[in-house]
Amino acid sequence: MTELRGFYTLWLREVKRYLRDRVRIVSSFVTPLLWLVIFGTGVRLSLPYPGLNYQQYIFPGIIGQTLLFTSMFMGISVLWDREFGFMKEILVAPISRTWVFLGKMIGDSTDAVIQGIIVFVLGLLLGIKLNIFTFLELLPIMLLVTFGLVSIGLTLASFMGSLEGFGTIQSFINLPLFFLSGALFPLKGASIPNWLQIASRLNPLTYAVDALRNVILGGAWTPFQIQPLWMDLGIVGLFDLIMIIIGTWAFTRMK
Amino acid sequence: MTHIIETHQLTKAFNSLKAVDKLDITVESGEIFGLLGPNGAGKTTTISMLCTILKPTSGTATVNGFDIVKEAMQVRKSIGIVFQDPSVDDRMTGRENLLMHANLYGVPTSEQNNRINNVLKLVELEERADDLTRTYSGGMRRRLELARGLIHYPKVLFLDEPTIGLDPQTRDHVWKYIRELKEAHDITVVLTTHYMDEADRLSDRIAIMDYGKIIALDTSSKLKETLEGDVITVKADNLEALLSVITEKMGLQKAHMVDDALEITVQNGKSLLPRIVDMATQNKIYVESIRLREPNLEDVFLHYTGRTIRPDTTKELHGLAEARRRAAAR
Repeated sequence: MTELRGFYTLWLREVKRYLRDRVRIVSSFVTPLLWLVIFGTGVRLSLPYPGLNYQQYIFPGIIGQTLLFTSMFMGISVLWDREFGFMKEILVAPISRTWVFLGKMIGDSTDAVIQGIIVFVLGLLLGIKLNIFTFLELLPIMLLVTFGLVSIGLTLASFMGSLEGFGTIQSFINLPLFFLSGALFPLKGASIPNWLQIASRLNPLTYAVDALRNVILGGAWTPFQIQPLWMDLGIVGLFDLIMIIIGTWAFTRMK
Repeated sequence: MTHIIETHQLTKAFNSLKAVDKLDITVESGEIFGLLGPNGAGKTTTISMLCTILKPTSGTATVNGFDIVKEAMQVRKSIGIVFQDPSVDDRMTGRENLLMHANLYGVPTSEQNNRINNVLKLVELEERADDLTRTYSGGMRRRLELARGLIHYPKVLFLDEPTIGLDPQTRDHVWKYIRELKEAHDITVVLTTHYMDEADRLSDRIAIMDYGKIIALDTSSKLKETLEGDVITVKADNLEALLSVITEKMGLQKAHMVDDALEITVQNGKSLLPRIVDMATQNKIYVESIRLREPNLEDVFLHYTGRTIRPDTTKELHGLAEARRRAAAR
């Protein structure tokens, strides 16, 4: 019971801090908007998917990208907490590190999902056909996608002493995962080199993006899907589980 | 249980450096126990072990009857800590910080509001309770941290350099709170400090620490008594003549020249002061000035270590600059 209240308070803290950070919320509109409006309308890729225009195609991908970048960036909260001393308050509290990790992780995931919702709303404003059921189905899926990604960010941050190194590792992980996920262009078919297809298949984000497309594009995507939704979610869930175990371990050894 | 804290040969080594070396101390329930020593003496390391932040290299210790390694969770529930560096969440209000703490320490929900209001009143932060703590001054944050350390009714409150970097007025305030807290909550306080006056004014007992070892442990007045006594410093026109008068006619053997003055160590300085002046006058020696100094902890420290305890000002200044840099970075 005590542990659950500790978990709740850590979760609430992450969400409150996020909602109070107006700059971050405002800036969260900008990047996806640039992708959707400029990239999405400017690039005239000939998709091998009849019935879908490019903007429709990348919209789930941009949601995936937002989830990826936001989730990874959340790791920085560990570094801030350490820099400003609050980490000590958490580390000496009589609450197990597993719950500390889960509180922070699910709190950060909640923040990332809020970012995802913002992109969803942007899509509505841009005239992409969406409805409330898609939205309700999307919420738990977005949350599932962020768990593993936030865990990576928190794990990396827990190993790092300073803010400086964090940015570098971001670009070593974020961009490869993003480009290899099929968010912007298809990574299967005869014209794509084999190594690229394999790399894409090894990328957990590939399945996250496929899951988002399965939900958002619905029947229009079914003929082109990598695999059915439940299989996508199975892989993402497995990835989450592994990353959560690693993250919990990383927090246990944190001093 | 007689002792709230007991350590047995408690040792912490960082590589080859023994930060804490076979420490044996006992802290009585209800006292204010001061750990005094220069920076790097091992005070914070000692506290960190007792707070279960660091694991000892060897030796054992119990806090509130719980082993600091095997029963770390129980120890954590028994203690409150105010760290050397600030540790409040500056994006949260004072009240929110306290509420988080209450939740982390499992304070029953029904009691939370009551306790939070009480500690806010104690440290006089009621009016600012709902402001973000980033708008607080350094002293206010410190007071909030003191308040926070008390919400879960700890048996022992650890204060690591509670007044470092605070202005004299705020230090006075914090001292007042610490004493009030102890009275009101009947808790044991363990504090580290490198300020002599702080240890002197607050502590029931003081352990002087240097190079990871306790070199003296007693009440402030007993520690001072271990010194020979008061020091009288005399300046006169003929110091050599005065020296012989004092050693031969008055029989005070512990007298020696220091620069342009004479220092005499005596047991009862107050009554000797006028007699020295009288004797000097009788012997046609003109006394320019005479000063009596009762021993303070500085002398005690000097006595035991052969060094003065110099607050490491460069480090403190560096710390302040660092804090400012962080504040600017936000």
